[in-house]
Amino acid sequence: RSGRSPRRVSKALREGRVSATDLCRKCLQRIRETHYLNAYISVTEELAMQQAERRRKLRLLRGYTFMWEPRGILDGVPFSVKDNFCTQGVETTCASLMLKGYTPPFNATVVQKLLDQGAVLLGKTNLDEFAMGSGSTDSSFGPVRNPWSEAVTGGRSSTELGSDWAIAGGSSGGSAAAVASLSCYLSLGSDTGGSTRNPGALCGVVALKPTYGVLSRHGLIPLVNSMDVPGILTRRVCDAAIVLDILRGPDERDSTTVPSPALDCALTEELDLTRITVGIPQVTDWFQDAGQEVVVSSALAGTAGGLPSDLFPWR
Amino acid sequence: MVGVVGLEVHAQINSTSKLFSGSQVSFSSPPNSRVSYFDASLPGTLPVLNRRCVEAAVMTGLALNCTINMKSLFDRKHYFYADMPAGYQITQQRLPIAVSGLLIYSHLGGPKRNQVISKSIRIKQIQLEQDSGKSLHDEHQSQTLIDLNRAEGQLRVDANVSVHRPGEPLGVRTEVKNINSIRHLARAIDHEIQRQMELLEQGGVVQNETRAFDQKTGLTIPMRDKEGLQDYRFMPEPNLPPLLLYVSGRVPAGLDPSQVVLVDRVKALLPELPGVRRERLVEEYGILPEHSYTLVNEDGLADYFETVVKATKAEPRKVIGWVVKELLSNLNQQNLKVNQSLVAARALAELLDLLETGHVSSTAAKVVFQELWKNPEKGAEKIIQEQNLGLMSDAATLQIICQKVVESHPEEVKAIQNGNHKVLNKLMGQVQKETKGRADPVQVRAILQELTSS
Repeated sequence: RSGRSPRRVSKALREGRVSATDLCRKCLQRIRETHYLNAYISVTEELAMQQAERRRKLRLLRGYTFMWEPRGILDGVPFSVKDNFCTQGVETTCASLMLKGYTPPFNATVVQKLLDQGAVLLGKTNLDEFAMGSGSTDSSFGPVRNPWSEAVTGGRSSTELGSDWAIAGGSSGGSAAAVASLSCYLSLGSDTGGSTRNPGALCGVVALKPTYGVLSRHGLIPLVNSMDVPGILTRRVCDAAIVLDILRGPDERDSTTVPSPALDCALTEELDLTRITVGIPQVTDWFQDAGQEVVVSSALAGTAGGLPSDLFPWR
Repeated sequence: MVGVVGLEVHAQINSTSKLFSGSQVSFSSPPNSRVSYFDASLPGTLPVLNRRCVEAAVMTGLALNCTINMKSLFDRKHYFYADMPAGYQITQQRLPIAVSGLLIYSHLGGPKRNQVISKSIRIKQIQLEQDSGKSLHDEHQSQTLIDLNRAEGQLRVDANVSVHRPGEPLGVRTEVKNINSIRHLARAIDHEIQRQMELLEQGGVVQNETRAFDQKTGLTIPMRDKEGLQDYRFMPEPNLPPLLLYVSGRVPAGLDPSQVVLVDRVKALLPELPGVRRERLVEEYGILPEHSYTLVNEDGLADYFETVVKATKAEPRKVIGWVVKELLSNLNQQNLKVNQSLVAARALAELLDLLETGHVSSTAAKVVFQELWKNPEKGAEKIIQEQNLGLMSDAATLQIICQKVVESHPEEVKAIQNGNHKVLNKLMGQVQKETKGRADPVQVRAILQELTSS
């Protein structure tokens, strides 16, 4: 395994311990192995390998010529994008038959920013049709299955899932499942009323909904223009922070963008648990109406019980 | 019963790119050659407001004495039509950029059409709005062709007409579309008022509908595809923040200057408005009000006039005749604009100087003007020389010619001697005929008077 985080794998790429093409190949292999999750609508194998090859060559040349393109931490790192973002020359369906076969002539701004960093696009992830949904169950290309399904349905072989599976959440379920199943290092989703956060929670990955206006919506096919934002899904919080910093910024093609300050912190990968405080809500009668109070209380207690006791003075 | 009319004027802004997309505005381009991704409504594209269009709207508002709304809003107006792929038009329905204006204009009336009558008309509002594409209906092949370059036609107008008795509430209005000229506008309104009055007199009811003006018949006919009241489902345009305008010195810190439109700066850029210019021309140059209309209404003519006046010794009151008669009729004959005039302002000024200094008679000068028009590269002096149009002022020569005319017109001489002095003009005309208009009229008159007094 080349590490779970872009930072680690980036280091490996820089040090030549792995090449961009090897990495891309491994990720594409992972996508094939987890095809039953239905996380991807299109996989851009050829394009991805071409991009990876280009990154690999540039890295080699850097030592020998002035043909140097400054690249950061995402150079050569494979990523995926929810299929409601326009990708130039790559089919963009919004999981709908209405846009089946539609190939945009331009990249969404946030996609372009990642490509400009040298990141490698693996494919377009599945979603609820036009992002309207919170389960990724309403796609014209079939539902997305949660990679942790067996944990819910009760232990089975991890290579196939039958009819017993758990939802990935939505509408960015494909993106969350892709990141959780290790087929890419980061994925772009979108969030209107929880569509990035919800699948992030259900698939156990980090999901960030940026403030409206911080990231450009140019090229994001809209659900609700005044609420949509591009969302970021990664496996570590520090990675989400890095991606946010790369993607933020006013875009003249999106009049609803605003300037935002640069991230003024460096988040570490390794968390020193002795120095953090975890808050767990005491009040669970919010869930009464849904008849979930008992389930939620016991889940919270179980979680708190599993963590070191000195973190929870008020337990 | 009287008619009540409201006009909806669509004026295309003079800018190089469109209101919300970066694509170019260009007249007579091949179909669909000026279409950006946004114009084609490709999913994921967003409108971006064009600064020049905002300045143009503010300038128009100021010129029409409107209150400029320092904050205005954009809305979506939804309806389905093939030339509008988005399914909605971006407009300003709730809070437009300018409101409550007034246009004061004068026109020439009275029996001789030389009385200046002043009128005013209210401007309800001015709003920025997206134009639709153009559709061409091909009935032979049962298809409609769409050009998304955006409709051409710099000025379009729809008329809203209703009738009522003064003092009573306003009647139901109809909207009349497909009007292609000012003349048709007048005809359409007149017809529609007539139609509604007759309908009501017969006990009928005026429908709130859209009608098309048929210029062949002069009638308005209901438009088949617009039945009943449309629900446009207006909603705020979420992709465009409120449009904020500023005044110099009161711009909040931190704003990008390229995003700031200053109303006072736009005001300073306003050219001299027509009414003001007309007044100034009359006052400064002593010309007649009716001439000031001609000067201002023809593009570039007032500038031409002022250039000639400054370059010649002749008085403005003499210059004006040449500009509004000789120059204008020549231009109109060949359908030319003032800036295409074959006689430049300086050339005319030269000619008028020659007239002023007595080198040529006024009749001959008109001939010279026409020659200049045909041969603009030659100067007035050269033409006078070549065609021997110089003023004939030699007393002896004139004496001989006058003598000849007097002798060959005994009847006229008798009439003059009997007290009818106006007939002298006829004799003068004869002398000018003989001299091809070159005779010095002052001398000729004196000689003829002398010859006919004995």
